[in-house]
Amino acid sequence: MSNISVQQIENVVIKFAGDSGDGMQLTGTQFSNNTALVGNDLSTFPDFPAEIRAPQGTLAGVSGFQLHFSSNRIFTPGDACDVLVAMNAAALKANLKSLKKGGIIIANTDGFDSKNLRLANYPDGINPLEDGSLAAYQLHTMDVTKMTREALKDINLGMKEKDRAKNMFVLGFLYWLYDRSLESSENFLNEKFSKKPEILESNLKALHAGYNFGDTVEAFSTRYKVEKARMEPGTYRSITGNTALAYGLIAASQKANLPLFLGTYPITPASDILHELSKYKNFGIRTFQAEDEIAGITSAIGASYGGHMGVTTTSGPGMALKGEAMGLAVMLEIPLLIVNIQRGGPSTGLPTKTEQSDLLQAYYGRNGECPMPVISAATPSDCFESIFEAFRISVAHMTPVIYLSDGYIANGAEPWRFPKSADLPAIPVKFKKGLEEGEEQFLPYHRDENLVRPWAVPGTPGLEHRIGGLEKQNITGNVSYDPENHQLMVRIRQEKVDKIADHIPLQKIELGPEKGKVLVLGWGSTYGAIKSAVLELLAEGHEVAHAHIRYLRPFPKNLAEILHSYDKVLIPEINNGQLIRIIREQFLIDAQGYNKIMGVPITKGELVVKIKEMLQA
Amino acid sequence: MSTATIAPQTLTAKDFATDQEVRWCPGCGDYSILKQVQTIMPGLGIPKENIVIVSGIGCSSRFPYYMNTYGMHSIHGRATAIASGLKAVRPELSVWVVTGDGDGLSIGGNHTIHLLRRNFDINVMLFNNQIYGLTKGQYSPTSEENKVTKSTPFGSIDHPFNPLALALGADATFIARSMDRDPKHLQELLKRSHAHKGASFLEIYQNCNIFNDGAFEIFTEKGSKPEEALFVEQGQPLVFGAQKNKGIRLDGLKPVVVELGTDYTADDCWVHDEKDFYKAQILTRMFDDPRIEGHMPRPFGVFYQAFRPTYEDQLNFQVEDALTRKGAGDLDKLLAGKETWTIK
Repeated sequence: MSNISVQQIENVVIKFAGDSGDGMQLTGTQFSNNTALVGNDLSTFPDFPAEIRAPQGTLAGVSGFQLHFSSNRIFTPGDACDVLVAMNAAALKANLKSLKKGGIIIANTDGFDSKNLRLANYPDGINPLEDGSLAAYQLHTMDVTKMTREALKDINLGMKEKDRAKNMFVLGFLYWLYDRSLESSENFLNEKFSKKPEILESNLKALHAGYNFGDTVEAFSTRYKVEKARMEPGTYRSITGNTALAYGLIAASQKANLPLFLGTYPITPASDILHELSKYKNFGIRTFQAEDEIAGITSAIGASYGGHMGVTTTSGPGMALKGEAMGLAVMLEIPLLIVNIQRGGPSTGLPTKTEQSDLLQAYYGRNGECPMPVISAATPSDCFESIFEAFRISVAHMTPVIYLSDGYIANGAEPWRFPKSADLPAIPVKFKKGLEEGEEQFLPYHRDENLVRPWAVPGTPGLEHRIGGLEKQNITGNVSYDPENHQLMVRIRQEKVDKIADHIPLQKIELGPEKGKVLVLGWGSTYGAIKSAVLELLAEGHEVAHAHIRYLRPFPKNLAEILHSYDKVLIPEINNGQLIRIIREQFLIDAQGYNKIMGVPITKGELVVKIKEMLQA
Repeated sequence: MSTATIAPQTLTAKDFATDQEVRWCPGCGDYSILKQVQTIMPGLGIPKENIVIVSGIGCSSRFPYYMNTYGMHSIHGRATAIASGLKAVRPELSVWVVTGDGDGLSIGGNHTIHLLRRNFDINVMLFNNQIYGLTKGQYSPTSEENKVTKSTPFGSIDHPFNPLALALGADATFIARSMDRDPKHLQELLKRSHAHKGASFLEIYQNCNIFNDGAFEIFTEKGSKPEEALFVEQGQPLVFGAQKNKGIRLDGLKPVVVELGTDYTADDCWVHDEKDFYKAQILTRMFDDPRIEGHMPRPFGVFYQAFRPTYEDQLNFQVEDALTRKGAGDLDKLLAGKETWTIK
């Protein structure tokens, strides 16, 4: 014990990998929360199979959780890992390629028996822990199963239940390795298992056993410590994208004094928003698990029509089903939020993997000329502010708004300097209360200077009126098949959305000079990778800048000017080139794309290479 | 600003008519249904502004344009889902859904059954004309087998839905059938639909005189109506026929028609009880094709009524209860969560 030193390091990327039943997501989340409390900056990337319990021990069943933490500001979960925790042979095999040469492997030997090796497709008689093939890494083996069972031998639980505490043993060991306190996880376990004293005891014992194992065996001669990050002063918490999004909706609802109604159908990776919002009935929130995606959005339309804020949450396949109802909301011109947590497509695609491939769908994926504002999230904590903005725009402009996040943002976590309620702006809501003096008849499509029509809800005397999906006569809202009127209405609806550009912030340059050689233009979850790459290149003295678009439709008014201030524009996207089409079409510039469609985020490293290529060409 | 409610007791049927020209085909059964709805509305005692009519797509779904209340002519099949969302947040409104056999049972069938099982206090009026009218004459999910239409030149091979059996299967709490050609009966049933606290499903036989003329005439026309239509009333024996000389007896679980007079009297007949779920199932299954020899008469009236809490009451109770137990939500507390750290 006395021989063990504590080494200060700046940056660690750990990947917890195991069978999807091994509790790796929980272990990763626990370690992340603990990391947050230490004051490190952090970014996480949970990566799990679509199957809840894929065949045990197979490559298909490997569930991973990547965590990057640092004493510096960081913006991505890291390109490659420093430490790989492999609970079985499949976990090692699936993740070895993402481990840096010289990196640490912590392997659970019990997961490398002949059965596990066979399931992981290792040739007969080959065990990577024993054949020297891992010589380029620092390999540490431990029999987690055996030691967990030993630690729990006095507890009256079945072997299966005891083995479930294995992940706590590993977590305890890592807490030791990174010189952490066990307190946050002890608190978590005490709360989670308060009604199951034996499970609680087994988890706590395993956690301590793992920690003590590090302390007593001399397998590791060094412990590591990552100091607090130098972040802006303030009070922080750790938050995932979907939770931030749910909180943003609650906050906006409070600030607008407009009760929220969520009509939705469960779908990965959006369901957590429903789970989260369903807890907060005392914020006046009503959640409705509808019979399908269409009922999700149409019930939300009914709620908005009734004067609540209707919201529907979904992912790509659900978006496809909601298309017709979105068109109805465009015709009705009522507030509505359509939240799409994008995932790999088309069809069912890659439900648990991330992608940015629904932007064109958001822009164009409806029948008829059907313009809708589109707003996107850049990071987990950004979900709060950006959904708040989507809410504001929807109410102020009486329009449905599409909000795009993705699986990477939704499940990823980062520190969040959360705002004070008092510092959030109020969202003004104007209901029409009745006929004005001298107003003889209510004209539901009479517009104000922003082309916004009044919100007149049932129950208001004197404003009885009919609306619907048929084309409206301008001003009166009566059904009209008049050709001139249709053209006029199509243009009014477009102009109304275009005018929102007068009410959103100008596009800012995130990093780098205001003019120069290369602008890297992003949207959504590529934020961290672009920022990290541009930071690195700026430090090397290159003329490169980063701009990240939140308001995708309409664009900020100064976007054209920005785009024309650089020799070249690079648009990295996790799709086959979607924003780039819109940018080329609207601004007639020869933007270049960097496209990766593998269900995983773009890394900083590959962007650096691409940008350098463009700088040198 | 004028925000005054017009006292419901001063309203007349005319107050519920709009300035929009009614555009159904001359002779369409929808005219009668519109008239009966406008006629009963003043008597409901509800301020006009608290009435909302939501429809989907189809001939019948033009209905809201002709009612001077709040209304939405939405998209195909979704009126029931839109109405559910509206009722969930505004339980004090009187919400009516106008739908048809295509809108409510085909494209929107899913939402219909879910509205019923959830028991939103919404009045669903299903105008059944057994044909697609607006798309000019294809068979519908209630069209009879072998029906020759534009899309079934060799006769339909689709087995039709039995709408009331479907509604009962979905655990609707109010199930009834009426017809466009019997204004008094229809008015009575509209009032009962409204009075029912919970989801009411009222099927209205409606003649499409263009594409399916006479589909229900055997039940609606003077000559055959007494023998073919069985009007059920709470507590009354199931008796029909021009001379009230026929009745329905239950032979075990099987309804049989008996002649009243020598062997049987009305006292031997099945006495209608709207609260009897098992008998309601038998009643909904009295759905013989009237073209078949020896078929049973078709029942009209309230088949079934039950009471269980409405969805919106339970939803809003959960909100109220959470407010009582936890107090109004504290946004700052929510945003901070359980674990925070401070950087100075």
